[in-house]
Amino acid sequence: MSSAGSGSIDTAVLERHGLKPDEYDRIKAALGREPNLTELGLFSVMWSEHCSYKSSRIHLKTLPTKGPRVLQGPGENAGAVDIGDGLAAVFKIESHNHPSYIEPYQGAATGVGGILRDIFTMGARPVAVLNSLRFGDLDEEKTRRLLAGVVAGIGGYGNAFGCPTLGGEVVFEPCYAKNPLVNAFCLGIAKKDEIFLGRAEGVGNPVFYVGAKTGRDGIHGATMASAEFGEGSEEKRPTVQVGDPFMEKILLEACLEAMKTGAIIGIQDMGAAGLTCSTSEMGSRAGNGIEINIQKVPKRETGMTAYEVMLSESQERMLLVAEKGREKEVIDVFEKWDLHAEAIGKVTKGKRLKVYDGKTLEADVPNEALTDQAPVYDRPWVESVNPAAAEDLSALIKPSDLGEVLLKLLAAPNVSNKRWIYRQYDSTVRTNTMIGPGSDAGVIRIKGTKKALAMATDCNGRFCWLDPAEGARLAVAEACRNVAAAGAVPIGATNCLNFGNPEKPEIMGQLVAAIRGMAEACVALDVPITGGNVSLYNETDGQAIYPTPVIGVVGLIEDATRAQSSWFKQAGDEVYLLGTTGDDVGGSEYLKAVHRRVAGRPPKLDLKAEKRLIDLMGEAAAAGLLCSAHDASDGGIAVALAECCFVKEEAGLGARLDLPASALRPDRQLFSETPSRMVVSTRDGADLETLAHHHGVPCARLGTVGGDQLTVSSGGDTLFDLPVVKLLEAWTSLERRLSQR
Amino acid sequence: MKIGVVVFPGSNCDHDAYHVSKHVCGADTRFVWHKDADVKGLDAVILPGGFSYGDYLRTGGIARFSPVMKAVGEFAAKGGTVIGICNGFQILQEAGLLPGAMLRNRTTKFLSQPVHVRVERTDTPFTAGLTAGDVLTMPIGHGEGNFYLPDADLDRLEGEGRVVFRYARKDGTLDEASNPNGSARAIAGVCNEGRNVIGLMPHPERASEAALGCADGVKLFQALTRVLQAA
Repeated sequence: MSSAGSGSIDTAVLERHGLKPDEYDRIKAALGREPNLTELGLFSVMWSEHCSYKSSRIHLKTLPTKGPRVLQGPGENAGAVDIGDGLAAVFKIESHNHPSYIEPYQGAATGVGGILRDIFTMGARPVAVLNSLRFGDLDEEKTRRLLAGVVAGIGGYGNAFGCPTLGGEVVFEPCYAKNPLVNAFCLGIAKKDEIFLGRAEGVGNPVFYVGAKTGRDGIHGATMASAEFGEGSEEKRPTVQVGDPFMEKILLEACLEAMKTGAIIGIQDMGAAGLTCSTSEMGSRAGNGIEINIQKVPKRETGMTAYEVMLSESQERMLLVAEKGREKEVIDVFEKWDLHAEAIGKVTKGKRLKVYDGKTLEADVPNEALTDQAPVYDRPWVESVNPAAAEDLSALIKPSDLGEVLLKLLAAPNVSNKRWIYRQYDSTVRTNTMIGPGSDAGVIRIKGTKKALAMATDCNGRFCWLDPAEGARLAVAEACRNVAAAGAVPIGATNCLNFGNPEKPEIMGQLVAAIRGMAEACVALDVPITGGNVSLYNETDGQAIYPTPVIGVVGLIEDATRAQSSWFKQAGDEVYLLGTTGDDVGGSEYLKAVHRRVAGRPPKLDLKAEKRLIDLMGEAAAAGLLCSAHDASDGGIAVALAECCFVKEEAGLGARLDLPASALRPDRQLFSETPSRMVVSTRDGADLETLAHHHGVPCARLGTVGGDQLTVSSGGDTLFDLPVVKLLEAWTSLERRLSQR
Repeated sequence: MKIGVVVFPGSNCDHDAYHVSKHVCGADTRFVWHKDADVKGLDAVILPGGFSYGDYLRTGGIARFSPVMKAVGEFAAKGGTVIGICNGFQILQEAGLLPGAMLRNRTTKFLSQPVHVRVERTDTPFTAGLTAGDVLTMPIGHGEGNFYLPDADLDRLEGEGRVVFRYARKDGTLDEASNPNGSARAIAGVCNEGRNVIGLMPHPERASEAALGCADGVKLFQALTRVLQAA
């Protein structure tokens, strides 16, 4: 055993490694001795919040993860659900928040690279990407610079790799100014019985390293991502990795081809914590050990120590275990793609990770001490109570011109059209895209079947800040509603929990409440969580982000021809509102954009009503009753109706509509963000009414599609009457405003 | 009749071109590996879109040195039909089989959006049977699609009737706004003197099925298979 560095481990060394003194005691107990510096490095990355989920683990266990369609739940590289026809949808969402703040282009690019690898590691070809982004105020120059870098990074990587971006969200809020969120979702398709797992089965089997060479980049990336930021965070730039989408694309093709040989036993990508994570997790899952020699690891820098090799987070690398005796089949495939599969070790008995530098044993650690036995904390927390939620909103000044308010909302950065962002992402490569960015959900057809898949990511951070549990419930409901709007039945979910410092009881309280709310909603709406990611310490200078539990939901459309988009299709179609509008301006876009406040209680979600609406939508779509469907959320029904008049970025058909008579003040009727509502258009109004009645969903006929004006009244009194082109001009004004800067 | 779709490392529209050629048009189609030194037995070769070799030197700049490109050059010289789409077009320019160079889009950003292209010439195997002035809708997806040639060369190209596609409005008229990337004279596609090598930046293979919202692009693939069958 090399004793390099041992004996020199003092508090300063521990602090640099992000380890607490009591954690160091646990390391000594696990090893039965003092660790050397290399071993300390292994523990520091594997026990980082990012890799160990030590603050969230006990709470994550309360999430529903099982269901008849679930083929793979949390704990692997990605989750998988059965979509019939012998196929599985493999998907996950992950954050790359901290790296994207330090180095926006590479941070975001490698975030996309990481999630793509997670998917193809499972044997699935990535076919769709969504991204969920949060930035500070768009009027700040720094926000625009971060945004430009992040968007270019996502595009630069995803476009070259060749996986279409189908949508997502972009939200601007001052709390994200110094801590932007970059969450990337990816979905792939695999044969159900050919899913690959990250397991090092079979003692004696060779362990191969493939892909890019290892450099000194990204060392301690996972540790960096597990700490708050303060002054000088930009100096952490060397901890951000650099992406090479070309290498990743080659790696994808070579891995999928190598998997077809049948000679690959297990495979895992090297993401956070690089070789350390992949070797220890693969061994641990299979109850085996792994032994590697770092001299065999392909390196692009000279003089790298075992410590550096094990902790490097160089991108586009995979670790795989092949069947002994069939090595050549694997090597040949990689050679064909001009990649080199290097045997760096073997699977061993005895559950230990042994790292050699030539003949010198540099680290000898029980796998499980790094993985399953990592610390788990039940951190103290207090029920999150936000005084802003108790503010009285009954005395809001009544706007004189509701049409002006609507135009203002349509032009607000969080509502307005995002073409200026998403047209930088290839959305049509792979010839599957049925509905791309700009609708409620993205939809791809599944070649070789009659099916399609819809997907959406959602989270309203304001709601979560005001009431984390309710906000998380609402996020799940909205994502489910969005895929339902496309004609899909929600079948599975993945989450990305973005929060501040969990060592602060009020932040921990937000996390606990959000997980509770998310669990309730996932159970009620029948969408198991199959995996995801937790990103904590999203704080800079002590200022935490809004709690932001982003959820990605996948929905199945049995008959792809039933997929529907959000905009009106034909004059004469009848417009209906499904669901009812309540007095729900708390935390709304209206309150923020017009009254400059983030306050009040978020809407109260009735999960049973939401489930009834989603079930109705599934049946109505399958029966071919719907011509369009759009959920009413940000900006209320007024914004939803306006958006129904836009065909992508062009003016579509208007409508003349009368909202059901209501005791609500008109501004509240138009701009309340009551959940469980959908605006649909149909040619079969009577059938829709019957079906809605059967499901117990309120269903009100509002009027008909036609003309080039959107006229909305309530109980006969006109609330606004505006030309569609004027609405469109407001909705697309941000792009023009930004291009003039 | 047999169509080959070349796979360079980094091609990412190879499956798409193959899918449309084989499954939508029913043509006998096979992949051609970039290391293959010949394209024997093929009647047409498609160079698909993507980021060959990462486009790291220059778009298409490295792919032109692939063994297969020597074979494609010889094939074209003998009159074989070669279609380059997006990155494939850029590779054909780098290989000297088509004129011009692609500059960065004038927005300086990658552009993924539907465009309208006007068919200018119907005397190529990719446009035979269409009508000059036909307007087709299909997506673009590129960062470097801003077609450039010096004015005198453009005049000659136009004089020889080698501008095959132009970006246009839906009604077929031309204006600045309908030219997404700033291409000289709104050129979206050109051919060589022999009219057997055609390159275009838009992606007809992505607009070849009604299920995906638009099937205008399949007309080009159908033209190709018709011409090859008749030959």
